[in-house]
Amino acid sequence: MSVDLATVRRIAHLARISVSEDEAPHLQNELNAILGFVEELNSVDVDGVEPMTSVLPMRMKKRVDEITDGYIQQKVLANAPAREDGFFVVPKVIE
Amino acid sequence: MTDLTRLTLAQARDGLKAKRFTSVELTQAHVDAVAKARSLNAYIVETPEKALDMAKASDAKLAKGEGGALEGLPLGIKDLYCTEGVQTTAASHILEGFVPQYESTVTTNLWRDGAVMLGKLNLDEFAMGSSNETSYFGPVVSPWRRKNSDAKIVPGGSSGGSSAAVAAHLCLGATATDTGGSIRQPAAFTGTVGIKPTYGRCSRWGIVAFASSLDQAGPIARTVRDAAIMLRSMAGHDLKDTTSVDAPVPDYEQAVGASVKGKVIGIPREYRLDGMSAEIAALWDQGVAWLKAAGAEIREISLPHTKHALPAYYIVAPAEASSNLARYDGIRYGLRKTGKDIVDLYEKTRAEGFGKEVRRRIMIGTYVLSAGYYDAYYLRAQKIRTLIKRDFDLAYASGVDAILTPATPSPAFAQGEKGSADPVEMYLNDVFTVTVNMAGLPGLVVPAGMSSDGLPLGLQLIGRPFEEETLFSLGEAIEQAAPKIVLPEPWWG
Repeated sequence: MSVDLATVRRIAHLARISVSEDEAPHLQNELNAILGFVEELNSVDVDGVEPMTSVLPMRMKKRVDEITDGYIQQKVLANAPAREDGFFVVPKVIE
Repeated sequence: MTDLTRLTLAQARDGLKAKRFTSVELTQAHVDAVAKARSLNAYIVETPEKALDMAKASDAKLAKGEGGALEGLPLGIKDLYCTEGVQTTAASHILEGFVPQYESTVTTNLWRDGAVMLGKLNLDEFAMGSSNETSYFGPVVSPWRRKNSDAKIVPGGSSGGSSAAVAAHLCLGATATDTGGSIRQPAAFTGTVGIKPTYGRCSRWGIVAFASSLDQAGPIARTVRDAAIMLRSMAGHDLKDTTSVDAPVPDYEQAVGASVKGKVIGIPREYRLDGMSAEIAALWDQGVAWLKAAGAEIREISLPHTKHALPAYYIVAPAEASSNLARYDGIRYGLRKTGKDIVDLYEKTRAEGFGKEVRRRIMIGTYVLSAGYYDAYYLRAQKIRTLIKRDFDLAYASGVDAILTPATPSPAFAQGEKGSADPVEMYLNDVFTVTVNMAGLPGLVVPAGMSSDGLPLGLQLIGRPFEEETLFSLGEAIEQAAPKIVLPEPWWG
């Protein structure tokens, strides 16, 4: 399978990465090289094989559902590129 | 370079205990070596003041006859581990200036045992690379050089800062991480020892995530013993990582020097690739001979799905990365570029913040997870992963204790030599290491010889789950038998 330019743009948008007009054809070539590399996997017989969900047989550990952390507003905000009055600042998202 | 940086980690530990020198002296020697070696670009951030403060505290403990297993020993930390109050970037522009408000579990364990932090080590951006050339902060230069050449050699990747710093005596040992070979390939390229432990052995909490089902922490050190000492402190159960395993951590150092008599070593015929270089094939044969001489039994085995591991990895790893790296949105931390609306802000931030290789892998991951392609790519790759794991299970069930393979298909190469036209060329570096991550197994790389152009070569030992001790015993047997690899005189200052 290979991707066309329109697909490259669609994937870039899904990944939230802007791609310039100049970049798109290069990216298309690179992605197709990688997709070409993985194409041989189609030759493997995987009938009846379970997909791996965990490399080791381990049960998901659970803990009691109780509050273990909190009251760290300043720590949470410490690295924010824009903050105000204890909030993250974002562009307007509601029309 | 002063004498104290010539010590192994074990020698330095014993010297501190015997009060032959202080941690401040040991640490100062390393701080000076780091400052002189900036041309290697191994450290992104140096923390000399913090190091000396930690060393003073260690000296106070040591004076009272107290202290942990790593008391007073200066280490380097891969800049993928979050360190409280010290910039952590994953070598990415998108995290430039990020100062964690918390400490990763593995580094917490190291400080608990008394280790001293020298600084944060360079790596490929988000650990995506095999040569340390994708770092936003510039490539790392290996202390090794080809015979009669001053071409800049890569230290491997992604843990290239770790491998170069350990090889050049800029720390006694370093933390690293391994998703497809990122501990073992750099160790092989620099004549150092690296172990990726079994998945779940070390907590991943506080380590910047790349591909969560493959990522594992481990050490790079100059000897098998040093790696064993470090891993004991790094490993352990952690409630903050549900995939960390609740099992006692053995004293790995006890396994170093243990007899390997009667151990069954599998030699997988599928690793003898078409076109394998004669010197890699000869190195492998030499490793077989050494283990045989040490009393091990050699058995040819088959791991029939080996050749599918690398392509399957290049579906699974980018898929998980595209999901993990979705968090870098320019809102909560890291770089922000302004846009005309929120989506434009995301797209501009991520386009500028991520480097080329990272963008490429996020795109591949997004594609293989997108509607209509999930079954054809991701689900199929996870099924193939089951088959790869089954190959190893069958070999171990037949009585094999460990598997011996080459570590890399070639010695280290020069900067710019690989992958500039075709990304897949670089990916092929991990052909011998990636199977181990796909199956969650432990893998140790130990230096074993030199290439014809004077660069180190390594061998890899793959073990049963949670049997790292067997790897340390076998690794030391190779270390003892192999010719000593001598680094060129320090040309870097």
